This record gives sequence, structure tokens and C-alpha cells, in this order.
Amino acid sequence: MTKGIALFGCAAMLALVSGCGPKVDQQGFTVDPDFEKNLQQKLLDAKPGSVIDIPAGKYALSRSLSLTVDGVTVRGAGMGKTILSFAKQSSGAEGMLVTGNDFTIEDLAFEDTKGDALKVNGVKNTVIRRVRAEWTGGSKTSNGAYGLYPVQVTNVLIEGSVVKGASDAGIYVGQSNNIIVRDNRAEGNVAGIEIENSNNADVYGNIATGNAGGILVFNMPNLPVPGSKTRVFKNQVFANNHANFGAKGSAVSSVPAGSGVIVNSNDQVEIFDNDIKDNKTANVLISSYYSTGFDTKKGIAAAYDPYPENIYVTGNRFSGGGEDPGNPTLVPLKAVNGGRLPDVLWDGFTNPKIKDPGICVQNGAAKTLNADGPSKFAGARIDTGRNCAPATRLPAIVLPDAMTKDSGAKS
Amino acid sequence: MIVRLIASLCAALLLAACGHAPRVVTFHAEDNPEKLSAWGLFTVADGRIAPHEGMVTYELQTPLFSDYAQKWRTIWMPKGVHAAYRPNTAFDFPVGTIVTKTFYYTAPAGVTDPQTSNDVVKMTPATYQTGVSGLDLRHVRLIETRLLVRRASGWVALPYVWDTDGRDATLARTGADIALTLDEGGKKVSFDYSVPNQNQCAGCHAQDFRTRAIEPIGLKARNLNRDFPGEGGEINQLKRLVAMGYLTGVPASGVPRNANWQDAKINIVDRARAYLDINCSHCHNPTGAARTSGLWLDAPTVDPRLLGMCKPPVAAGRGTGDRPFDVVPGHPERSILPYRLASTDPGVMMPEVGRDIEHVEGVKLIYDYILTLKGACTEDDGTGPAAG
Repeated sequence: MTKGIALFGCAAMLALVSGCGPKVDQQGFTVDPDFEKNLQQKLLDAKPGSVIDIPAGKYALSRSLSLTVDGVTVRGAGMGKTILSFAKQSSGAEGMLVTGNDFTIEDLAFEDTKGDALKVNGVKNTVIRRVRAEWTGGSKTSNGAYGLYPVQVTNVLIEGSVVKGASDAGIYVGQSNNIIVRDNRAEGNVAGIEIENSNNADVYGNIATGNAGGILVFNMPNLPVPGSKTRVFKNQVFANNHANFGAKGSAVSSVPAGSGVIVNSNDQVEIFDNDIKDNKTANVLISSYYSTGFDTKKGIAAAYDPYPENIYVTGNRFSGGGEDPGNPTLVPLKAVNGGRLPDVLWDGFTNPKIKDPGICVQNGAAKTLNADGPSKFAGARIDTGRNCAPATRLPAIVLPDAMTKDSGAKS
Repeated sequence: MIVRLIASLCAALLLAACGHAPRVVTFHAEDNPEKLSAWGLFTVADGRIAPHEGMVTYELQTPLFSDYAQKWRTIWMPKGVHAAYRPNTAFDFPVGTIVTKTFYYTAPAGVTDPQTSNDVVKMTPATYQTGVSGLDLRHVRLIETRLLVRRASGWVALPYVWDTDGRDATLARTGADIALTLDEGGKKVSFDYSVPNQNQCAGCHAQDFRTRAIEPIGLKARNLNRDFPGEGGEINQLKRLVAMGYLTGVPASGVPRNANWQDAKINIVDRARAYLDINCSHCHNPTGAARTSGLWLDAPTVDPRLLGMCKPPVAAGRGTGDRPFDVVPGHPERSILPYRLASTDPGVMMPEVGRDIEHVEGVKLIYDYILTLKGACTEDDGTGPAAG
């Protein structure tokens, strides 16, 4: 007790003398250079097995946090209680940058980062659990690009998280392998959830709404590995009708507002058992890189495969959508289907060297529009030849046990 | 008498132990001293900072831009060991090597105590100092001295920020922000000079994501291959290092050499590539942090597509600035590269750390370089004969 008082007295005196103790800004965030310094110091001094607890509180930070040590857990008191605000950030391209293996982060929030909220680059075993990444001023082009962003990571688990307002993709798993993205909420981003140039991903139990595009499975050129084998299932993907506020030239800027699930240039993708509704361009879009407008004869690696192949759409519950395509060039296609685009829109580009692109739709009454992109829509038609199924289905993703062990939600 | 002598000796020893820094360069194999002086690198006295014996000052053909800070670089190795030449990466340096880089600005004329001045001026030919025999501190605002120390376990990076009395510098592992106002020939720009934290040091110096090992960036053949004053006169720096026993294995010919970015006699492509190499390629290389972008700007890369020609960005987000490709030949105003180099928005700018103001001359170089490039980014919409 006495010691506590003495310490308190000492701290108070220090604060008085230095005149640089914690302050609270107009938004209610604590501005405390010592807090920020101590937190970064803990990240520098961490050892494998370290757990860095960040107590409840709203903290305004001025620069990126970074962690390079393996085996570290960063834990807050809850995504509504431990809030790191980067609204006043003056340096660093993200809220937090991690290059350590076996990393777990849970129960805290990143707000208003200038760039990406959380980036994890080139490691194994990343768990992001109940983390909120949000731009609090709503959906704006000036917001940071990505919310939760593992890239070139082997074994990824993102669960129970919330991402709002990203000017590119809210949850963006890039160039990674063995991935589970489940039970998250993505709202008001350009793309809600994006799996890009990644292999072996399960995306399920998520809610994607109010984005320009709900869930994207993409392949971009000029990267080391093409992506394939993603399962998108048991998600709620509805009313992703926000205007596309992505910067021109960015990968998601080609996404027509009003897209539910999009597969672009990716292979072996299964879309099943989802509730997909009221996405005003189409509930499901299947397209090639040629439809993005980004393809150039010079700038694309020769090895790149721009065609989507072996895509299976089945057992989804579709309703509404397709009435008001977000891309004007698609509007005339409504006539092919009596005034709305059907549930599945396919641009119709196929690799001339491959006999069957394996675009399969077995989804009750859902119709597929083949837009005949190669002839600039001249032969757009309802394609009745898509009633097929892959010979084998993709297996469920299994992550190392240690990654899926959850110590429990913070209140 | 003897007792008194012993007593005074003891006192002297005590003083030496706790009050005085070593007068010779002192390698610390494990501990990270709080004070820069513990490394015994410099003497600060009589308005000068001077290097101790065995430290060699060097300069790069084209340097990294750091908010117009002036830089004084030195290298030191223990006696009897030397670095081994490598053609493309940093030389293989022996355990015990200490590299220093001191960042400083010139204070405005008339400032009595430059070390407490937060007003600084852009370097002119008159305020350039080689650093070969140290720095004249009369008009110098010392900011930080970064050490790269080669230990048995590998390199470590240690940033020391200079104290306000200018006598010593203090370890700042979590970095620091220093508010300065730069006078660019009349135009005053206020900015936060950002001392990187130790992880941010690694962010640039760990150039291979697989090992995450820290390496020097400047100490490569292509950067050092130039004349510079020092021991033996104004001679090639690699030859000096060889003559001093610090470097072996330099081939008689075929040593790569980057251009001097400011040398108007050299063609603009070479100058731009040298600038991109030193400012970008520590991340933008096949194994660096930005390997995930598909844009490689290191000197050995020759494929135009990897250099950004008509290449769509991968994960630039709003860093595109509404532009379609990394580099559009002949059209810098439509290219992402100069846009990000010119930006000071942390979510857009390149490099991501270590810069708070625009390098106007550097951006102009890249702008002019793109102007000279030929060709067009013709869209391939999949309908023509090239499709497939």
C-alpha cells in the first residue's frame, strides 16, 4: 500500500516535472508517448512464448508497431475495449507489421491506420482472432488499403474479427497457403474478404455486407504462385451494394458495385451452402483477367493463367440481386434474362487450349449468364450447358492444433 | 607517499571505469551500451567530432535519401581480420566489424548552439563535409548515429540519438521523432525526423525474408566503387580497403558500379536505376519484404516487367493514386512509381519509413527517366490474336 502510494507519488511528480505525462485528446484517446514507447519496447524485447497484454483503454499512437520475434501473443481486453487509434499516425505504412512465426493476436482493435491495419509478411502460423480493424469515418478512398493482411504466410487463421471501411480489401489473404477465414464480419469495405494468389483456403461462417464486393477469390499476374483450391461456404453475403470507392488502378477497383462472390482468374473454387442475396450486379460472378481492364501485352508474365477454371457453384440460397449492375457495360445484359442479371454471371472467356473450363453450376433454379466477353457480349446468352460437377470435391482445411486452441473470448 | 600514490591511482582507475569513455574502438560482443561513447568510436572536443584509429570514412556512389540529412559513414574492423568480396550483395564482413552512419544537418548561420537548433538548412557545396577526419561541429546539428555491429550471431542494428549537449548519444531502441524545420533555400518545411526503432532498422536491412538476417546495404561493390579522399589520397575506395587490409578478393575487372545519380554526364537510365537501387531495392528485390509486389528495383534486375513497365500493381491500395500501372513509358504523370516517391502520406509513400518530406530532385530524376522510356501499355482485352 505504502509502496503503491510512493510509486504513484513518484509518477505524479515525474509527470509534473517533465510536463509530458499522458493527455486525453478530444476523441477520448490517451496520448501517452511512454505507453507507446513501452509497448514497442515489449515487442522488441519479447521472447518466444511471450504474451504481451495490452490493458483496456483507448490509445492514440503516432507510429507503426512492429514485431519480428517468433512465438509471440499480443492480447487486448476485447475488440471494444483495447483500442489502438492511428488517426494521428505520422509514420509507418501500417498499424502493426509482423515478421515473426507462430504469431497470435486477439481481442483488440486497430482504428484509422493510414495504410494497412495489420500486416503479417512471410512467416508460418498466424492467428488473428477477434480483432477489429476499422476506419471510423466510414467508407472513404482516403482510408488505409487493407484491414487484416497476411501475405506469404503458411497456415493462417482469421476468426471472429470485424473489418470496416478498408479502401481495398477488409480481410486480405495474399500469396498464402492453408487458410481458414471464419466467423468474421466485413462491412463497408471495397472488398469484404479477398483470397488472392493463395492455395487451400476455407472461407465460412462469415458475414459480408455493405461492401462493393462481398467475397473475392482472385489471381493476379506477376506473382510467384498462382492460387487455387478455395471453398467459400455457409457465409451470409448480402447487399454488397456500396459504391466502389477504391483508388483507380488498385486490384479491386474493377469490381462492379453490387457483387456477391467473385472468382477472378482463379481455379478450383467451390461456392456452396451460402446465403447470397440482394447483390445488385450479381450474386456470383466468374470472370477472367481480361474483364478487369488491367491486362496489358507488356506487363503480364507469360506464365500467368488469366482464365477461371473448375469452379463449382452448388446448394446456395439465392434471392434478389442483379437488378442494377454497378458497371454500365453490364446493363444491356439484363435483357437476356428478362430484366435482371441471373444469379451467376460468367464473362465467358475460356482458354482455347483447354477443352472444358469446368464452370459448373448445380444450384436449383439459378441461371448462368454467359456474357460472351470474347465477342464483346455479342453472343450473350443463358448458358444451359453448365450442369456439371467436379470429379472430386476439395477436402476441409486442417490447421495445426495449437492454432485453433482458443483461450476464450474476452468480455 | 606510496599509499598516496596508490590512492591516486585508484582514483584514476575509478574515474576511468565510470567517467571516461574508451579512447579506442571497443567491440561489444553481447551487450548494447546505453551510451554511444562506450564503443570508443569518436572524440568530441573543441568543436569537432573525430573518428578513432582504424575507422575508414566512405561515401556511396548514390545514397539513400533521408529527409535531406547529411551522412557521415565509417567502417572499422579488428586487427587481423578482413571482409571478403562479393559481387552483388554486401561483402562478407568478419565478426567485430562496426559500421557507423551519423545523420546530421547544417544549422543556420549565426546559431550559437547548433546542437539545440531545430532549424536546419539544406546542404550546399559549402556545407558539405567529407568526414574523412571527422566533422567540424560549429554549424552541425547532430541527430543520430546508427551502428551496424557484426557479432558472432550476425549483424545487429543500434540507433543512438545525440544528446542536447552534443557530447554523447543515447541508445533509442524504440526510435524517436525529432521535430525540425528545414530551410530549402528560403522555403521552410517543418517535419518530423524519424529515428527508426530497431525492428524498422531490420525492415530495410533484412533483405532476405527467409533468413531475416540483417546485412549492410551501402557496403556493396557497386556502391563503393568510386574515388574518395582518405588514406592513400583520393583513390578508389575498394582499392583503399584492400590496401588497408580490410578487404580481399576484389577481381581485377568486372566490378559492378552504380552511377552517381547527380552526374549529368551519365545517361539518365543508369542514374535512375542507381537511385532506385539504393532507395528501393532493400525491399524491392526477389527476396526482400516487397517481393510480394512483383516489382523488383535492384540493380541486377533487367526484365522491364519486373521494373514496373505496364505492370498492374498487386496490393498498392490507394497508393496507386488513380494510376493504372507502376510505370507507363513516356508518362510519369500516369505512373504509380513517381507518385509514391513524391507522397508524404504514410499510407501511400515510398519508401515506407525514413522519409517525411519529398526528395524533389530524386522525384524529378525518376520523372525524367520515365519520360525517356519508349513504348505503350496496350490493353489486352482477350479479344485480339494475342489472347491466350
